[in-house]
Parts: sequence; C-alpha cells; structure tokens
Amino acid sequence: MTDYLLEARNLTMRFGGVVAVRDVSLSLREGELHCLIGPNGAGKSTFFRMLSGQYRPTSGEVLFRGQSINGQSSAKIARAGMGIKTQVPSVFNAMTVRENVMLAAVRALPPNLARRRCDEVMKRIGISHLAAEKVGILAHGQRQLVELATVIAPRPALILLDEPAAGMTGEEVEGLGDLLVELARSCSVIVVEHDMSFIRRIARSITVFNQGSVLVEGPADQVLSDQRVRDVYLGREVA
Amino acid sequence: MKTPLVTSGRLGAVAMILAAAWALFIVPSGGDMTLILSGSIYCAFGILALSLALIWGFGGILSFGQTAFFGIGGYAYAVLALNIGNTTTAALLAILVAAAMAAAIGYFMFWGRLGDVYLGVITLVLSLILYRFINQTSGSEWKIGKAPLGGFNGIPSTPILNDLDGNPLWPEDIYVLCVVALILSYILCRLLLATYFGRVVVALRENELRAELLGYDTRLYKLGVFSIAGGLAGLAGVLFANCVFVSPNMFSLTTSSQLLVWVIVGGLGTLAGPVMACFLLLAFSAWLGTLNAGVWLDPNLVMGLVLTLFVLVLPKGILPLMRSGCDRALAAFRRPAPAAEPGEAMIGEEAR
Ligand SMILES: Nc1ncnc2c1ncn2[C@@H]1O[C@H](COP(=O)(O)OP(=O)(O)OP(=O)(O)O)[C@@H](O)[C@H]1O
Ligand SMILES: [Mg+2]
Repeated sequence: MTDYLLEARNLTMRFGGVVAVRDVSLSLREGELHCLIGPNGAGKSTFFRMLSGQYRPTSGEVLFRGQSINGQSSAKIARAGMGIKTQVPSVFNAMTVRENVMLAAVRALPPNLARRRCDEVMKRIGISHLAAEKVGILAHGQRQLVELATVIAPRPALILLDEPAAGMTGEEVEGLGDLLVELARSCSVIVVEHDMSFIRRIARSITVFNQGSVLVEGPADQVLSDQRVRDVYLGREVA
Repeated sequence: MKTPLVTSGRLGAVAMILAAAWALFIVPSGGDMTLILSGSIYCAFGILALSLALIWGFGGILSFGQTAFFGIGGYAYAVLALNIGNTTTAALLAILVAAAMAAAIGYFMFWGRLGDVYLGVITLVLSLILYRFINQTSGSEWKIGKAPLGGFNGIPSTPILNDLDGNPLWPEDIYVLCVVALILSYILCRLLLATYFGRVVVALRENELRAELLGYDTRLYKLGVFSIAGGLAGLAGVLFANCVFVSPNMFSLTTSSQLLVWVIVGGLGTLAGPVMACFLLLAFSAWLGTLNAGVWLDPNLVMGLVLTLFVLVLPKGILPLMRSGCDRALAAFRRPAPAAEPGEAMIGEEAR
C-alpha cells in the first residue's frame, strides 16, 4: 500500500511508430494541486487519457487509491472517484446547463441530494443564471465552466483538468484560479495549462512534459526559473 | 430563453390525444369494417414505428432489426398460443421473448462495442436470416409442438386473443385493443424518457464519451433501451398477428425499410411524428393501390420518392415542421406583444 492517491508508474503510450508518452511516472498525494505543462504535442492529453481509462497504456501501470486501474473502463474509473475535463469541452449540447450538471450529480447522489448539489455547484461556478439554457448555444468559456461543473458535481477525489482556462475571459480565469485553490482543499487536482500567468498564480508543484517525457519536475518557483523549461517554452513565455 | 410554448413533445401529445379520441369514440360508431380492420393494422405498425423512434431518435441506435423482433413477437405468439391454448399468456410471453432476443443480440453488440455501421449491418442480417429461415419452413417437419411454421404461407391458423370467457375477440375489440396499446406504448415511451434512465439514454446519444466519463456504463443503458424497444416491436408483432396472421413478410426488407421511412419522415427525435408518418404513408400506399396504375405507381417506388423528398426538402420531418408552423401562427396571433425570439426554434430543441 502507498499513501499516494494516484501513482502512474512508467507509463508509455505508442501509436504505431509515434511514442506519445514515454516512461512517465507521477505520484500525487491527497489534497495536492499539481500542474502539468509542456509545448503542443508533448503528450499531456494522452497522459490524461491513460489515467482516465480512455487509452490503455502500451506499458506501465496506474494505481488509484492503491488499486491498479489498468484496463478498467472510463465509467468504472469515474465511479471510483476520478473526474476529467477534456481538452475540447465535452458536454451534452442539446441539454440545458441544469440537466448537464444534474446528470453528473445524480450518478453519485440520491435525487434530492443531487438536486441540492447541482444548485450549489452551479452557484459556486457562477452559471446559475444559465441553468435553463441549452449548452450548445453558450460561448466556449461558458461551456468550459459547465463541463467543470459536471466534473466536480459528483465530489470526485481526483480531478484532471485539460486546459480549463482556454476560451475564458480574464475575469473568468481569475475566478477559475480561486476555484481550483478552493477545490484542492477537499480533493486532488491536476491541471494542464498553457496560460503561464495562471499557472504561476495557482501552482505549487509542476511537471514539465517535453516530447512525451518528463523534462523537469518540482516546486513551482524552481521549475519556472529552470533554463531548460525556458528553452522549451521559448517564444511562448511572455511574462 | 425559456422553453418555447409549443414543443414537439406537447404538440405530439395533443395530436395523439385528438387522434385517440377520434379513433376510440368516432370510428367504432360508424361501423365501417374496412376502417376498423386497417385501423388495427395501422396501430400495430404505429407501435413498431415507436420502437424505432425510441432507440434511433433518442438512443442514437440505428437498428434495422426492429422487424426481426416484430416477427419474433408475432411468431412466438402464434406458436405459444397454438401450443398452450391460453392466448393472453402467449401474448405476454411473446413480448418477453422479443425483449429477451433483443437483450441477447444487444449484449453482443454493445459489450463488443460495435460501431454504428456494424450495428446496422448485424441487425439487418438478423432480419434477413430470419426471413430466409422462416420462408423455407413449409415442410411438415417444421413444427414447434403443435404449431406448423408454414414457410412462406405463414401460420393462417394463428389464434385470436380471447375475452374473459375464453371466446375469441371480435374485430371491433381487437381494434380497440390496438388503439389502446398504441396509446399506452406512446405514454410508456414518454414516461421512460422523462426518467433519469431516459435522460441518460438521450445523454449518451448526445455525447457517449461524456456519459462514460461521468461514470455511466453506457452499454447497460443501451442494452436497456434496446430491450424495451425490442419488447415494443414484439407487442406490435402480437397485435399484427391478431389483425392478420403471422407470415415471413413480417421480417422482410420491405417492412424494415418502410419503418425507416416512417421515422425519418415523421421526424427523427420525436415519438408522435413517426406514428403520424406511419399512418399517413400506409393510408397513402393503400390509396395508391386503389388507383390500379400498375408499374408507374409502384408503392415502393413512391415511398422512395417520398423519402428522397423529405430528406432533401424537409429533413427534420413532419412533426418539427408542424411545430414551427404553430410557433409562427402563435407569434402572429400575439403581435404586437414581444415576438418569439428568432432563432429559438432552431437551437437543438429536445423534441419528443
Ligand atoms: N490517437 C492518436 N493516434 C496517433 N497519434 C496520437 C494520438 N493521440 C495523440 N497522438 C500524438 O501524440 C502526441 C501527443 O499528443 P497530445 O495530444 O497528448 O499532446 P498535448 O501535450 O496534449 O498537446 P496540446 O498542448 O496541443 O494539447 C502528438 O504528437 C499527437 O500527434
Ligand atoms: Mg492536449
């Protein structure tokens, strides 16, 4: 037994000749807020897909709450307490915001509690005024918020967020930062982001991916001042 | 934007209520036997249309196999009734047999995670195999208990459902039974879709990945709705067996393609629409038949034209079209009060 909530051990994912993720290990304790950064195509989303059961790793193992979840379906992993926000917002477009969040909540809670949880989450994320809207008509950033609401509604133990700030207004990004810090008090969070000022604001520990492998790993200030990271991000780093 | 006043669900329900009132109170008093007989058959097909409307329009599962379950329901009823004598038990069992067959086939399809195309092919092949198989059972060695399968002739001795005293029902009674069964099936589908089970089914049609990532085992939900639709098709088969008698044509490609046309013409994603289209197109075919126009008005050809016309010109189908018509009429009626927001009707309405 380990005291880690999540342990990825030597994960590798090959697509034919392409090695999208190569021998990556990562451990996460309960209540940790961890950031994952790296240039386009570094393998961040692929790594998330292996954790959440969408891809079965070519080799390596994922332990969640001390149990191997290799080969388990996404649904089963989700029921075990892992929630994921995908890079492209994945929501039920023809349904209302409330229906989206409610479907997420009612999977984990009895209907009356789910209803309360649904209202609570919509309020916290600031989408209550959109409750009756069809998700398909919302702006990209708002859809991101709806998806985030569906991810946190069942109270998962681990939340994976793939570029949650994309398409959001400055104000929304700020709110998102506060939310993530707050969330990390009750569960563990891994965030993939390109927005460096956002990363700087929330990150305590960071892993940098490059070409499928871990380039640097460590406390935020240390990683962000690392010359190799600056090289990889050259041209991207504005601040 | 609030839910618009006129939705396909509400309009469909109103249409169904009006049609039911007409069918139950006006038609029988006229005493027109042809209307009674064809009305019964139409209702049986209406239930079949509902079964496809449910799984395709709401579950996103395109099945060419509803006719298979339709035929299985009919044949199971005929065979069971001939063997056990009690027609009510036979009818209930036949519906269960159809649902169980759907569950068995669905298990392999959904647990095998077959793609949509393979799903369509497998269900189509199932219908074709059954059609072929039943067609070649004319020899006297093809018997299940006391029931001869009869090959292409079908089973003309299919027993009719009995009343409480054990006497066969009159055609008028069968008619009422068929109408009531159609109404109840419609209500069942509406209720089903309003439950969380139903919402999840719609959700996985919308975005299967998200449903999985939220923790729903989508295979189970698909299996559930597929089995229910199989049971509905079975019920349609039992009723059809009581209106006519069972024959291999129940499994035929003509039947399954007609079914597809009804759902598309009526409006994919609605329940009442396919039922309306089923009635209209059956009546239209019957009328074409009376014209005696020979090959130039071959009913299949005309159905093909109707389908093409709808796909090209009115791809949303009859019910959504009626709905936007009502919307416009209401908006005109209410002017100069604030008109309905334009574009509202266009946006992914959850039609029923
Ligand atoms: N299903 C797949 N089949 C083949 N190659 C894939 C597949 N998925 C990802 N890849 C490849 O794996 C590599 C890593 O992709 P991935 O999407 O994980 O990167 P990323 O770090 O998330 O990038 P971004 O910041 O652009 O989102 C890329 O080269 C990509 O082309
Ligand atoms: Mg990515």
